[in-house]
Amino acid sequence: MKKPYEKPVIVKLQMGFVSKAGMSALDKLVRAEIDGVSVDELVERFGSPLFVFSERRILDRIKYAKAVFEGYYPHVEFSWSYKTNYLDAICAIFHRQGFTAEVVSDFEYEKAKRLGVPGDKIIFNGPFKPKSVLERAVSEGARVNIDSFEEIALLEEIAGNMGKTVSVGIRINMDTGVRPQWQRFGFNLESGQAMDAVKRIAAGGKLTISGLHCHQGTFILDADAYRIEVEKMLSFAAELERTFGFEIEYIDIGGGFPSKSRLKGVYLPTDVVVPSLKEYAERIGMAFISRMEKPHSPYRLVIESGRALIDEAGFLVATVLSVKRLPDGTRAYVIDAGVNLLYTSYWYHFNVEVSRAVSGTFEPSVIYGPLCMNIDVIEESVMLPPLNPGDKLILSPVGAYNVTQWMQFITYRPSVVLIREDGRVDVIRERESLNDIVARERLPEDLKL
Amino acid sequence: MKLKKIAVSEEGFIFDPETGNSFTVSSTGLFILERLKKGMSLDEILRALLDEFEVDEKTARKDLADFVQQLRLLGLWEDGKR
Repeated sequence: MKKPYEKPVIVKLQMGFVSKAGMSALDKLVRAEIDGVSVDELVERFGSPLFVFSERRILDRIKYAKAVFEGYYPHVEFSWSYKTNYLDAICAIFHRQGFTAEVVSDFEYEKAKRLGVPGDKIIFNGPFKPKSVLERAVSEGARVNIDSFEEIALLEEIAGNMGKTVSVGIRINMDTGVRPQWQRFGFNLESGQAMDAVKRIAAGGKLTISGLHCHQGTFILDADAYRIEVEKMLSFAAELERTFGFEIEYIDIGGGFPSKSRLKGVYLPTDVVVPSLKEYAERIGMAFISRMEKPHSPYRLVIESGRALIDEAGFLVATVLSVKRLPDGTRAYVIDAGVNLLYTSYWYHFNVEVSRAVSGTFEPSVIYGPLCMNIDVIEESVMLPPLNPGDKLILSPVGAYNVTQWMQFITYRPSVVLIREDGRVDVIRERESLNDIVARERLPEDLKL
Repeated sequence: MKLKKIAVSEEGFIFDPETGNSFTVSSTGLFILERLKKGMSLDEILRALLDEFEVDEKTARKDLADFVQQLRLLGLWEDGKR
């Protein structure tokens, strides 16, 4: 009877270095299944790489977000940030839970309508709203949050053509202590530009302001920034009502809540760095309650959360293609998923898990994608046991932005599946084929081979 | 080309008296090191690996070459120039 084999490895010991004993919690690194469905079986059925979403995790997160926010303030409208993940099935899960749609472009507006979202359940944000889509949005009753003086004029023109007063929101930006401060979207509050925009709208007489919108940034780790944001928005709203007679219905605080992604350059565990959603809800809700002047006709609090609700529900399963030893001694793996699929790898570290327990000494390893480009690095250094070609890695969280910002480059984008609450697995986006990519190309007659 | 003078414990703890560096090896790594210390050739070690462990020749040959490469990078393998 021969002994079981493991790859021969020698590792230099360093002070403060995580030793083999320290990493003996091997089980932590193993993810044989997602929501009870075997990872190996998923790859067998749908190929590799493969994006896997968990309906249960999404629903749990929605339930939690509603509970914490509504616990502090009862009038909350949740709006699904399309750009975070606009796959139909994902949007539909959110809409079925009562989320409206938050869109920022012609494409996203049309996608929401196509999915069956009524115009009055759509919030239209963003710095570029083409006139034709803006006209459609206004006529279908969507809420438009104005980003610039040009847009005020454009909306007045549309209102004039329709012969009616159009109700709008305006987007403002402000100092909440978060750096870098986002100043390019909407009108600045502290400089008086936001008030100028309001005066301009009042003077035009064709628009009426019914809401304020602010999105202060992304992955904001300071919950108190939201208290400042809400307080500033509420006093601005009160001023608009007093001075101009506008009736403000909603205060839209945007999104920007972080997920458990590990930001590059941050060395503390995410559980230490990232406040829970409850802390944000408390600051926001308490600011609303304490500053509210009209409790009998309260403002609606609009939350456009994306990342914080979907990121941890998404996994990417990838397969080890080859194993290398770099000249500096580092072990390197080439896997079949690269930065073309994992746009967020530029900013975040992923949890890297293996679909089976692999015995052997852990080594700091680098994970490369399959692209023929030097920048295609998924992880610069992650402790992994000795893996072999064919082993499956599970990267997470990848639910936010990756399946919208991924790019088609030298290969096909993979299938996306959704593990349903009852354990069924549905394909929600098929793997691309050659025809998907070349369908829009036109070869001039005289260049044909 | 040969292994530098190092101390190898039965538990897989390696000490390089010249530099003071210490290392750990996996069980198969230890198996290889012990044989290298005895002066066995790489071919002999390959055959020993195949006799002792549940492994195919292709994998063992590749892993053995990689292990020697690791030793070289860690300064534990002398290329015989001295």
